[in-house]
Amino acid sequence: MQQRMMRPEEHGTVRQHGSFTHAHAAHCESGVMASLVRHYGFPFTEAMAFGLSSALCFAYLPFVRVNGLPLIAFRMWPKAIIQGLEKGLHLGMRFETFRSPERGMARLDELLGEGKLVGLQTSVFWLPYFPPDLRFHFNAHNLLVCAREGDEYVISDPVAEMLVRCARADLQKARFAKGMLAPKGLLYYPTSKPVAPDWARVGRGAIAKTCHVMLHSPLPIIGVRGIRMLAKRVERLPVDGNGGAARMYIGNIVRMQEEVGTGGAGFRFLYASFLQELAALTGHRALDPLAARLVEIGDRWREFAVAAARQIRRRDPLAPPALGVHLRAIADDEQAFFRDLLRAQQAWRC
Amino acid sequence: MRERDVPQEGNATLAGHRKAIYAVGDDGRLKIVASRGWEVEETVTRQAVEDLERLAHEARERALAGTGSTLEYHMYRVRMDVPLLSQTTGLWRWRVKRHLRPGAFARLPVSLKQRYADAMGVPVEALEKLD
Repeated sequence: MQQRMMRPEEHGTVRQHGSFTHAHAAHCESGVMASLVRHYGFPFTEAMAFGLSSALCFAYLPFVRVNGLPLIAFRMWPKAIIQGLEKGLHLGMRFETFRSPERGMARLDELLGEGKLVGLQTSVFWLPYFPPDLRFHFNAHNLLVCAREGDEYVISDPVAEMLVRCARADLQKARFAKGMLAPKGLLYYPTSKPVAPDWARVGRGAIAKTCHVMLHSPLPIIGVRGIRMLAKRVERLPVDGNGGAARMYIGNIVRMQEEVGTGGAGFRFLYASFLQELAALTGHRALDPLAARLVEIGDRWREFAVAAARQIRRRDPLAPPALGVHLRAIADDEQAFFRDLLRAQQAWRC
Repeated sequence: MRERDVPQEGNATLAGHRKAIYAVGDDGRLKIVASRGWEVEETVTRQAVEDLERLAHEARERALAGTGSTLEYHMYRVRMDVPLLSQTTGLWRWRVKRHLRPGAFARLPVSLKQRYADAMGVPVEALEKLD
């Protein structure tokens, strides 16, 4: 996998390709969707894409194992943002998957030939422009293809600062990677121009959905209850021996939090940005102080990550119960926050 | 997080890339700030990478000692494990496990070795060697 590794300075230095402008984003799926809507419709941001699709979440999934460690998600499942916006903005997204890689690549070329922007689900492991240390077998990455130039594609990857290029063979491998959440060559594009919605109406609906997911989940592993469940698991981590297993477990939480997608704190900041923007768009100013509170909760998540990293690096003694207490405090903060957000949503008449 | 608190610690695992982070600017509005990385992230990423490197190293020692196949080494080198390799090749897990033994791997027909090679994105000859 070291072959054909690109150096950062070999990366593109342009954001513009034809009429398309690339934008750096915190999360791949919301970044892709924001770019698509901006290109075909109206000014739109990543935060609005994330918030309007009710993508904020918390889920502790002990039965989904990644390298033997549980999956912890801080947002909804892959494709939820695309599907959420499809409804709210009347996008009419078309999804296509392929059994044969050759046909999948031919279809991509055909759509690019029609001048379309095409969204792809890929693995990050096979994308040569990714930093080597971040190339894990994670299959739910999203990116936009702008054009084919010879044997290369011009790609707007939301987590890259500028447009990047990827060889055809590598892109094919990334699109047809197997394993959990295998993309099966998934490509997607809008079939109709997005229409700017009644922001107050869709915003209210999206907020209600997020609050209910976080507060009223029937499953103890979702939402605020999921955070408490994780806290309980962390408190009970065995520290016998040199504590290697406990350190891997804690490291896994922080990795899921800070690195996969954009992580726990990152998604809280992203949602806070959505609340601010919605307040400005609709004049419902009650959302502004709530956004500030959510930023503080994001900071709590970051403090948790710092405390965990200190224990992993043995700067502090390994103490899972202390981390559990930290998580519980975050769960309490989030519970109070989403209750108040739900109240603000219900008081919002439009 | 305030804009001035956005970490710029030069996280080595980002290899010079910058991440988009949302932070509060002086006007109280959230905006995207490009970050050179955070030590915490580096710690946990290195932890995961080093764990995989340790597994690859141990598999390499086994292959050198003749108690493991070169396939096991290459599996960990491309950051896979038995469940993932089984899914990528479409072979049963017990078969993949069997092929981690040197004798069983050496006797494999070229077509099966090719399947492993394709899944890992390397030529067949590379699979039979330790690099």
